Amino acid sequence: MSDSLYQEIILDHYKHPHGRGLREPFGGEAHHVNPTCGDEITVRVALDGSTITDVSYEGQGCSISQASASVLHELLTGSSVSDAFAVEQTFVELMQGKGQIEPDEDVLGDGIAFAGVAKYPARVKCALLSWMAFKDATARAMAGPVTVEEDAR
Amino acid sequence: MSTPHSPLDVDRVRKDFPILERRLAGDRPLVYLDSANTSQKPMAVLDTLAEHYTRHNANVARAVHQLGEESTAAYEGARDKLAALIKAPSRDEIIFTKNASEALNLVAHTLASGLADDPRYRLGPGDEIVVTEMEHHSNIVPWQLAAKRTGAAFRWFGLTDDGRLDLSTIGELINERTKIVSLVHQSNSLGTVNDVATVVARAREVGALVLLDASQSVPHQSVDVNELGIDLLAFTGHKMVGPTGIGVLWGRREVLDGLPPFLGGGEMIETVAMTGSTFAPIPHKFEAGTPPIAQAIGLGAAVDYLTGIGLDRIHAHEQAVTAYALERLRGVDGVRIIGPDSMESRGGTVSFVVDGVHPHDVGQLLDEQGVAVRVGHHCARPVCVRYGIPATTRASFYLYTTFDEIDALADGLHQVKRFFG
Repeated sequence: MSDSLYQEIILDHYKHPHGRGLREPFGGEAHHVNPTCGDEITVRVALDGSTITDVSYEGQGCSISQASASVLHELLTGSSVSDAFAVEQTFVELMQGKGQIEPDEDVLGDGIAFAGVAKYPARVKCALLSWMAFKDATARAMAGPVTVEEDAR
Repeated sequence: MSTPHSPLDVDRVRKDFPILERRLAGDRPLVYLDSANTSQKPMAVLDTLAEHYTRHNANVARAVHQLGEESTAAYEGARDKLAALIKAPSRDEIIFTKNASEALNLVAHTLASGLADDPRYRLGPGDEIVVTEMEHHSNIVPWQLAAKRTGAAFRWFGLTDDGRLDLSTIGELINERTKIVSLVHQSNSLGTVNDVATVVARAREVGALVLLDASQSVPHQSVDVNELGIDLLAFTGHKMVGPTGIGVLWGRREVLDGLPPFLGGGEMIETVAMTGSTFAPIPHKFEAGTPPIAQAIGLGAAVDYLTGIGLDRIHAHEQAVTAYALERLRGVDGVRIIGPDSMESRGGTVSFVVDGVHPHDVGQLLDEQGVAVRVGHHCARPVCVRYGIPATTRASFYLYTTFDEIDALADGLHQVKRFFG
């Protein structure tokens, strides 16, 4: 059942999330919600120069949205902002590829498990929720001193 | 487990709905438990739509040719059927809108416009609007906007832990400042059927209008606007085996006459001059522009279909199915009903949560077994907030729902539990 959507990797990240919980210090924070289902996530990004030293998060939602945040934490913590944005771009392209894109494990790591999600248009938003919040939080962290803002997306 | 019994020959009813024969991916049969979202359509309605476009299509109320007369007669004939359905004292009190949302917005917008001659139909500072915490967003947001525009206060009834309106504060909540009380007849997320009589009685004491959102009740039970004692009633066609794009606002003639026009345009006028215009009497006063003609005629066919079977029998069938569903759901470990847990004053819509599994995942896994439910906050987010949950899974039933389909839901939930266990 659900072989292409609920990969074992996704269920693992859902049941045993990596890096969950909001931590300090952080340079930028963003809160995103999916108004159609009520899923929400808060993502914090800590920077040291142009290196992402931590991505912390807290949220509630379905297995796809929560596992995606766990994978994001694992993939992007420790990378440079430009590398992280490249990974983010690759993940977004995979999600918007309607299941036609062959994912690159070297770039996306466990993120390749989400390839099947791209075939379910209603769930793509779930997979992207934390990544969109990450992008906003990083932009805020780069913009300067700590800002805490709420957006409803 | 008790042997379920229904007064309806459901197998025969299902033959009227070709879509119910559909096979889904993997050749699974369709188990459609999402009728509160939109109902399926019987051939009688689909044939009526095709017949209209194939043989009678013309604009209404303005053509002198034969097709125009046929089209107009069918459109106005649909109005008669809707009036009879809800026992409206006059056919002129049936206003066609595009859906229930537009009907509710029509009332909120015209009250807030300040254009009425009679102060009873003008909202302003010091006035109060009362809704409930279990409303669909379409009966919350228009009133929040109206309050913002006019300075009127926006207030609401809270909910009890078992999914009922908390009427304990009714004496204060509905008071001399209350201009309108707008509430749902049957909740689209909880299934609760509200005690309209108590609200109406209090509203009468203070002279407030009562608007009832009947989107989830008119399709499922006999509704009599006189018995209810309300002023206005809104519902939609697509939830009652009719087409999308057509809804109804009913109002007592005095109220509809008192409200100013909503949208301006053709058909809603009496005379137009560059120096000013006068308006048509109801119903046309509120029907600017070319209306959804085929959809109204299709809705008329839907009314014929439902009344042909009998709304009382449909209601009895749904009550039996719902009682069975509550019983089966109670038998699934970790399933918690959100809303009334008994058959007292409730309809055939059941929301629930499954311990440890998000509704999105529940819905997805049920879909893989061919079971179509709705997940999310069902456009009634304050209900989820009230009960401290992000979302629910909702199964909703109709005249074509079988006991076997309830079994498929319960079996599907056992699978969900195993998968995420």
